[in-house]
Amino acid sequence: MTIELKSNAPTGPIESAWERHRFDINLVNPANKRKYNVIVVGSGLAGASAAATMGELGYNVKCFAFQDSPRRAHSIAAQGGINAAKNYQNDGDSVYRLFYDTVKGGDFRSRESNVHRLAEISRNIIDQAVAQGVPFAREYGGALANRSFGGALVSRTFYAKGQTGQQLLLGAYQALERQIAAGTVEMHSKTEMMDLVVIDGHARGIIVRNLNDGSISSHCADAVVLASGGYANVFYLSTNAMGSNVTATWRAAKKGALFANPCYTQIHPTCIPVSGDYQSKLTLMSESLRNDGRVWIPKSASDCWSPETGKLGRAPGSIPESERDYYLERRYPTFGNLVPRDVASRAAKKACDEGLGVAYGGRGVYLDFKEAIGRLGEAQVAERYGNLFEMYERITGDNPYKVPMKIYPAPHYTMGGLWVDYNLQSNLPGLFVIGEANFSDHGANRLGASALMQGLADGYFVLPYTIGHYLAKEGVRDNDPTRSEFKDAEKASAAKLDKLLNINGSESVDSFHRELGLIMWNHCGMARNEEGLKKALKEIPAIRERFWNNVSVPGNEKGINQTLEKAGRVADFLEFGEVMIQDALSRAESCGGHFREEFQTEEGEAKRNDEEFSYVAAWEYKGEGNAAALHKEQLTFEYVKPSQRSYK
Amino acid sequence: MNIKLHVWRQSDSSAKGSFETHNLSEINEEMSFLEMLDVLNERLECDGKEAIAFESDCREGICGMCGFVVNGIPHGHRERTTVCQLHMREFSDGDEITIEPWRALAFPVQRDLIVDRGAFDRIIQSGGYVSVRTGSAPDANGILVGKDIADRAFDAATCIGCGACVAACPNAAAMLFTGAKISHLNLLPQGQPERWTRADNMVSQMDEEGFGSCTNVGECSAACPKGIPLDVIGLMNADYIKAQKKLRSQ
Repeated sequence: MTIELKSNAPTGPIESAWERHRFDINLVNPANKRKYNVIVVGSGLAGASAAATMGELGYNVKCFAFQDSPRRAHSIAAQGGINAAKNYQNDGDSVYRLFYDTVKGGDFRSRESNVHRLAEISRNIIDQAVAQGVPFAREYGGALANRSFGGALVSRTFYAKGQTGQQLLLGAYQALERQIAAGTVEMHSKTEMMDLVVIDGHARGIIVRNLNDGSISSHCADAVVLASGGYANVFYLSTNAMGSNVTATWRAAKKGALFANPCYTQIHPTCIPVSGDYQSKLTLMSESLRNDGRVWIPKSASDCWSPETGKLGRAPGSIPESERDYYLERRYPTFGNLVPRDVASRAAKKACDEGLGVAYGGRGVYLDFKEAIGRLGEAQVAERYGNLFEMYERITGDNPYKVPMKIYPAPHYTMGGLWVDYNLQSNLPGLFVIGEANFSDHGANRLGASALMQGLADGYFVLPYTIGHYLAKEGVRDNDPTRSEFKDAEKASAAKLDKLLNINGSESVDSFHRELGLIMWNHCGMARNEEGLKKALKEIPAIRERFWNNVSVPGNEKGINQTLEKAGRVADFLEFGEVMIQDALSRAESCGGHFREEFQTEEGEAKRNDEEFSYVAAWEYKGEGNAAALHKEQLTFEYVKPSQRSYK
Repeated sequence: MNIKLHVWRQSDSSAKGSFETHNLSEINEEMSFLEMLDVLNERLECDGKEAIAFESDCREGICGMCGFVVNGIPHGHRERTTVCQLHMREFSDGDEITIEPWRALAFPVQRDLIVDRGAFDRIIQSGGYVSVRTGSAPDANGILVGKDIADRAFDAATCIGCGACVAACPNAAAMLFTGAKISHLNLLPQGQPERWTRADNMVSQMDEEGFGSCTNVGECSAACPKGIPLDVIGLMNADYIKAQKKLRSQ
């Protein structure tokens, strides 16, 4: 059966669409708001801002996070900045330009109506954050400072050194703590969502496990909001936090929510390269570094990393200018080092595939600040990037003021996520999905400094209105967590844990995760092709079977058992990975971060096929061992006409 | 390199803990300290033994989730470094390393190296925010903040809430943590309307949680991975004293 995917986006002029929509949707009587229970899963920028704002509006909110405090959510690690169409720099920015850049940057695979709303709201976010005391960078006169970012020719990025995510998250966290103190939000830290409960087709609650004492319990509500982030850890090595996982969204998908565009993953061009097999995660170096850093590789392979000796040729400082290839500046004279992420990543891969890599395993290129230090002085460079340079030095032992950084692309962000309409509601009524967990605004490639923007737009300014539309329509319902649907789901969750604990195999959870990650990276990473994807589709079920027969999960389900937590998440990645591959295989075109080698221009750029693939691919789970079913939402472009993206 | 590791093991908050020793060989010096523990845990898991429980998430030194005492020093001997950023190149072949959880009354041990830092959240709940409704903010450049004040507020705001300051303090005081948040907000124009109640409530909550008092030792700032300066405590104390007077007269 085909599920009809209606975007529910308002028709008519896009400039006034959001305003008209807000007028058209139902409102909940302020006196009735406290009668509605809303669950928020996740406490990052999207979850914390949504929980705080809905608490403030008067709803009865419960917020769940697997970390020990909402302040730990991985939004905290975002470095570079947040975009807003304020035009404070008087350089020609506008809401329309941010809208245009984002649709184009997403390679024409996002929904215009959502993106325009995002660009409008971007301005309110900065106002809100500043009022909360978020210490953005400022000019000497006291006004806010801006910088430029990849994929844009205007300076619209607001920042707090290289810690913008931290400061914005602490702003949202403090707003959330204020509501917790006021009693409008009940916070459940160290609590992981195990399942979504659907009753009569509506999302009505969740099953959770307390990670401290191991107990499983049910929480019933009038609506459930997932703000559980992205799934880049399917690659094992990524810039995501150790705990970032697909569990909440995947388990919702298994209950009927459609997973949209899972193959749209962003490989970030500037990360610290892998240094060995034991590596547990990769560290991002903010894209803002490309404002002043110049990317290059040696022209001669003898100056690169040698697979024979495992060593580098000449030190970068002793390679003369004439023997260096500043390949981004050469290939893209207009945008130079500031080309969008997907373009920069592929260019680095190409260089390394040609044997010109300069880090361990031949996987790395130079990012050089010598020219910037000469131009600006060391103090000015430290003012802009000090904490990033320090972080780099901690991890690698090299001092970037003296020697060029080595960088290589790494999985970073996932544009795909659960399918939502204009109201951020999934195909399951009552299930809302916000932030990175949904698929909505970035198309096939996300521009820098727009993840924070989307998370906060959804949480502060979109969901708190649109959820009211659903709640008002449904009215207050009984909230009884002792119903059989909850008890059955609790039992199923407990049985799954029991099964993991009783395999008593001999291989570690991490070894399976690494194995899956390698397959995903090799066949569904920066470049994909039909042969590799088909191979992966065979290999993943085999690993999954071995996992369920030979994984070792010592200990029991009572109390803290981190191995058990990891095992549950890896089990989900082992299922989810297959859908991601299926999506990549069915999308026989290249667009944004999805690069199919069979579909490229003569110059090696992504070649879209708008006639056949201008749609959102939303996948329906069809049971274990069965292929997921594809549903399509056609995309139409009334304002930004699709063209071949060019950054030359 | 070879390392002899003494690890604190404690099955739950009520159990009596003890040190357990592991001999590790073939440790690569490019590994982070936590990756060394990952390697050990994977070995334990494959042998059917329970892994050493420790917390970490971002592993980039910003989430504040990780932290334990390494050879007597919170987060280890390298200055301004969280334990997730500490690398094995900082140690030598044959080293003996002892690791144990934060020790403080207000941070009960939950398991092995994990402690409950919920007290920090409750301190923030008592006043570590600006009360501004979503949607009611004026234009961002309508609030001008001089760069000197903005920079000082920023430095205080970089606290990651890891708890190293408490662990380092001989009195297990939370003055650096509380002072950092009070300074961040009380320095800024946005924080002025609630300045005195904030100082008063946050200090009271801090005392209620069972943290000790400050005796000007300065270990907190020395152990702080973000280098939060000691003067945030001075600002907090000054505001707390002024608050007593201002609030009485209201």
